Amino acid sequence: MDFNYTDTQDMLRDTLARFLADTYDFETRKKMIASADGRDPGIWRALATELGILSAPFSEEQGGLGGGALENMIMMEELGKVIAIEPYLQTVVIGGGALKAAGGALADAVIPEIIGGNVIIGFAYAEPQGRYDLANLTTTAKKEGAGFVLNGHKAVVYAAPWATHLLVTARTGGGQRERNGAELFLIDANLPGITRRDYPTVDGFSASEIYFENVSIPADAHLPGGIDLIEQIVDEATMAVCAEACGVTRKLHEGTLDYSKQRQQFGQPIGRFQVLQHRMADMFLEAEQIMSMTLMGTLRLDLPADERKAAVSLAKAKVARSANFVGQNAVQTHGGIGITQELAIGHYFKRATMIEGQFGSADWHLDRFEQLTYPKG
Amino acid sequence: MNLEFSPEELAFQQEVRTFIAENYPANLRGKQDEGDELSKDDFLSWHRVLYKKGWVAPAWPVDYGGTGWTATQRYIWSEETARADCIRLMPFGLTMVGPVIYTFGTPEQKAKFLPRILSGEDWWCQGYSEPGSGSDLASLRTRAIRDGDDYVVNGQKTWTTMAQHADWGFFLVRTNTDAKQQEGISFLLIDMKSPGVTVRPIITLGGEHEVNEVWLEDVRVPVENRVYEEDKGWTCAKFLLAHERTGIAGVAASKRGVEKIKSIALSETDGDRPLLLNPFFRRKVAELEMDLTALEFTELRTLAGEAAGKGPGPESSLLKIKGSEIQQRITELALEAAGHYGAPYFRGFGEGDNEHPIGPEYANRAAPTYFNTRKTTIYGGSNEIQRNIIAKMVLGL
Repeated sequence: MDFNYTDTQDMLRDTLARFLADTYDFETRKKMIASADGRDPGIWRALATELGILSAPFSEEQGGLGGGALENMIMMEELGKVIAIEPYLQTVVIGGGALKAAGGALADAVIPEIIGGNVIIGFAYAEPQGRYDLANLTTTAKKEGAGFVLNGHKAVVYAAPWATHLLVTARTGGGQRERNGAELFLIDANLPGITRRDYPTVDGFSASEIYFENVSIPADAHLPGGIDLIEQIVDEATMAVCAEACGVTRKLHEGTLDYSKQRQQFGQPIGRFQVLQHRMADMFLEAEQIMSMTLMGTLRLDLPADERKAAVSLAKAKVARSANFVGQNAVQTHGGIGITQELAIGHYFKRATMIEGQFGSADWHLDRFEQLTYPKG
Repeated sequence: MNLEFSPEELAFQQEVRTFIAENYPANLRGKQDEGDELSKDDFLSWHRVLYKKGWVAPAWPVDYGGTGWTATQRYIWSEETARADCIRLMPFGLTMVGPVIYTFGTPEQKAKFLPRILSGEDWWCQGYSEPGSGSDLASLRTRAIRDGDDYVVNGQKTWTTMAQHADWGFFLVRTNTDAKQQEGISFLLIDMKSPGVTVRPIITLGGEHEVNEVWLEDVRVPVENRVYEEDKGWTCAKFLLAHERTGIAGVAASKRGVEKIKSIALSETDGDRPLLLNPFFRRKVAELEMDLTALEFTELRTLAGEAAGKGPGPESSLLKIKGSEIQQRITELALEAAGHYGAPYFRGFGEGDNEHPIGPEYANRAAPTYFNTRKTTIYGGSNEIQRNIIAKMVLGL
């Protein structure tokens, strides 16, 4: 057993942390979000070319640094510390992860473009009726000639307004909630028949509703692997948002601690009041456990599917509950100023809140854990 | 002791229902259904209807324009207005400064201000908190110095709700820097159109403009606009805070909120069933109802005590704590129910904006409402302060 990072991993973290410290202060982030694009494309370009770190989780044969889930964890944690709105999760963790797992000509063609910063991927998996069930799909991919024809509506696709590609879950057969027939496709985001309704999200991202109307896609857009592959990449994504939560909640806790030392009421810093001391001690405990569960789940991503799912679910459930606690108490301890747009703390709280539900709520994950590991009734 | 309404009370309930059905402004109902932002005039439209009927201030003494209703009638009234999803009237005049004026004010102040609070002619705001004085309100530094028949007021207030619409504000100001903190504060009524008053918006997490900073620079306030004695404003403030706390329980509105959660959870699908049939979700809703019922009967006991002549005491802190926590849990469940559609930030709520919402209608305000409602455990004396009050005043610790 070894909980130490390698020198390369330390270097990756330091490189990214230094870059973000220089480029991603709170005011700059606000300006990016307020701009027409909703982001600064220069940041993504710099991550790809100047820092060359979008290659971190890819194998050396694919032009990467030979890393994997731990490298994604490090990246996401640092991105979380500045509540970055970069499409790393969607493009590298999810899109890159699907391509890595599926392999083949499409992977060989697209992975270098991800590493080079030329490809941005939106993950179109959610549907209005589906909640967190990945197999609950009404979007269809019907075999036609050599390729497929896509029809359907995908909900709340983060990063879609910026995307060059979409990673789409669609049904090639089977009933609406059947595991069989759920498949993954990587397609050009601008094919005829795709329409988008773009909007900002409450946590500062840009996202879209996506409608497919008789969209012809080539046969090689299909990434074979079915629901098992979809579940695997979503588990990887789930651990990535847990890692992001590590960064977000650490900042929530630190920010609250700092504030409690500065803010004077009743002739003393509010951090002197025992009730707030205990609260901040509890916030610290929860933030630490988020870190622990993130490591646990990330290190178990390689286990056989059912063990992996059980570990990821336990991790995400804990992270959701703890992020809720840390976020709410950070705002409460700040008082009114915590609810304004002026201070960063509220924006961290918003992201922490959205992480709670992303890829499954605490209830959903606890249920999946129970179903996988407890005796059936 | 019993829980049945008498025939007279049932008749009153029917009268209230009919009145609301026939008189609630249709335009306002439409905007609420669409989730539109409400304007000053929207808020006032319902106020004016109630004023015309004589029902705008049920809690006021009859001499000043109250209804003379019993505690049970007032309970029925708040139940029925919440059931019909009527907007809450702005509390700053009707439930805050109004009672202060009829309790502590001069005959001239009563004659001048009370009728205009009732009619809605004056929109009021509350100048209490300052950037350096939140929970520790008595440390406030806004200074009022006597100059002939005027006070000259300088300072900064914050979290001033709806000050952007206000005609008048009631302010706590320091008139004596030598006395103990609480003993050097006065309660002033300030015309918001006075030279030197500047209102600046504060935008909150959901993107709303509800609260403001209010800057006071050499604002001249006639001494006749001071309520109660000089340096004794803290008495008014304490009286008002206790009043604010009972209203703050918001039981009827939370009941309506629970019903909304249930209807949302019935229309959200969770696999092959509605979300409300998901055992984890429905248990959370049931626990919410449990706590809300406990709050309701605690409030009823408090109201019964008031009817028997006991003023709202420090026990009202309990209502504030539990009421605010329940309000927050409702918004939390609404956001959870919204699922993926909690994430879109839909800006199309402006007047005349016809853009259709993203996903189901109820989902679009779920996250902003959740964020915004974090305020309830902070405002009106934070819940930490309320617990201090209970510890000191009720438990004698």
